[in-house]
Amino acid sequence: MTTGLQSALEPAGVHAEKIGRLWDIFLAVSVVVYVLVLVFLLVALFRRRRESQSTERGAFTAVSVATGITVLTLFALLISSIFTGRGIASVTGDTVRIELTGRQWWWQADYDHPDRSKRFTTANELTIPVGMPVFIKLRSPDVIHSFWVPNLHGKQDLIPGHDGGIILKATRPGLYRGQCAEFCGLQHAKMALWVNAVAPADYARWVESQRQSSKIPSTPQQRQGQEVFMSSPCPLCHNIQGTNASGKTGPDLTHFGSRRSVAAAALPNRRDTLAKWIVDPQHIKPGAYMPAMPLHPRDLDALLTYMESLQ
Amino acid sequence: MKRALIAAAALLIAVGCEREQRRFHDSAARQPRERLVSLVPGPYTPDIRHPNPYEYNAFAISEGKRLFTWYNCVGCHANGGGGMGPPLMDSRWIYGSDPENIFATILEGRPNGMPSFRGKIPDYQVWQLVAYVQSLSGNVPKDAAGGRPDSMQAKKQEQSVPDLKPEKEPARHP
Repeated sequence: MTTGLQSALEPAGVHAEKIGRLWDIFLAVSVVVYVLVLVFLLVALFRRRRESQSTERGAFTAVSVATGITVLTLFALLISSIFTGRGIASVTGDTVRIELTGRQWWWQADYDHPDRSKRFTTANELTIPVGMPVFIKLRSPDVIHSFWVPNLHGKQDLIPGHDGGIILKATRPGLYRGQCAEFCGLQHAKMALWVNAVAPADYARWVESQRQSSKIPSTPQQRQGQEVFMSSPCPLCHNIQGTNASGKTGPDLTHFGSRRSVAAAALPNRRDTLAKWIVDPQHIKPGAYMPAMPLHPRDLDALLTYMESLQ
Repeated sequence: MKRALIAAAALLIAVGCEREQRRFHDSAARQPRERLVSLVPGPYTPDIRHPNPYEYNAFAISEGKRLFTWYNCVGCHANGGGGMGPPLMDSRWIYGSDPENIFATILEGRPNGMPSFRGKIPDYQVWQLVAYVQSLSGNVPKDAAGGRPDSMQAKKQEQSVPDLKPEKEPARHP
């Protein structure tokens, strides 16, 4: 589905629908006003000049009437805006709680749960159930980012030292793209994310699979790939639940194989793009905090097989 | 004539401006697996004999500060105050205070618990860490030193002396 991807004009969530309706009102009013102003301007430009037509009294009436209509129109727009704001704020609830941490230049998603053993961490790709309110707590440890998934809601900043929040409620299943909407450094342009809205049953299944520890390598090549992972600089920054790799500064890779993108939606998750990313991330996102890692092709092959197996 | 002179001067200044180069492409895996050290009596003389390319470089010191937390140096050295590991903000350098010594310490590891980071951290990041470790004792110029941390400090950044060179303490062996 590429039409309407990352478009505020294709609402798929409750908030986006309300904002979309307000946008329609504003657009209609603006078009009418624009056409009227143009018509009056053209009339004024091409009207034949008549003597003693422009009286003081006539001008005063014309201006007062126009001002009055303008004020009324603006008030109408203001009131519709207030109602939209109230409508957005009235959506409450937190069936799903996610803590989204915006880091330079990726998104860390911690799915919260009162039972600590049911919490899990993923990165850059959120899955949410359709029709249920999802409360996303927004925080940032470094600079200001902004969470923006136009199909679902407007923009909400992630401000260091000031935790914020946003509620999403999807109305139809689908894959929605979002991106960072506040300039945050060298790779702000490549800090995107995916939000996958699925039926509640599929969501429950996804959550269960995410709560599992990482898949134990079963083939010799996967085992070799895990060896390569553990002996490279990878464990210093990345976490794979169930192994010795427990770095907390990079994205969690426990279920990396089931993700659809690499590097905050900069690349699709395929063998060749992943190879490009691992060997030289600086070529794709110069300035990102992941260092280049030239590997022997045999090691790289095994590593890719291992990463694919982390479903 | 005057305009030509001004234009020439402006061109000279623009051309002479040396822009800081940031290397993004260095990798960790190119370091050799092991390095044999010669056994000679006397003070420790490391094989690498060159000064820190990032000495007094503000960006490198701030990157070193970030990496100091990210690679969990704070786990043993705290923010220079030490804990399981020796403090880094005092003037006692067990394995030498020269940049080469600190570089070798990080890369090779040391007895009594300092791990070896050879192959795990790219060379340029090790030099950034070396620059930061040197800044922990407050002996870097004020304009290069990092921001004021919330943790314990040897010397406040604004009290750093502008043109002080690091003290060369002779390497002490336990």
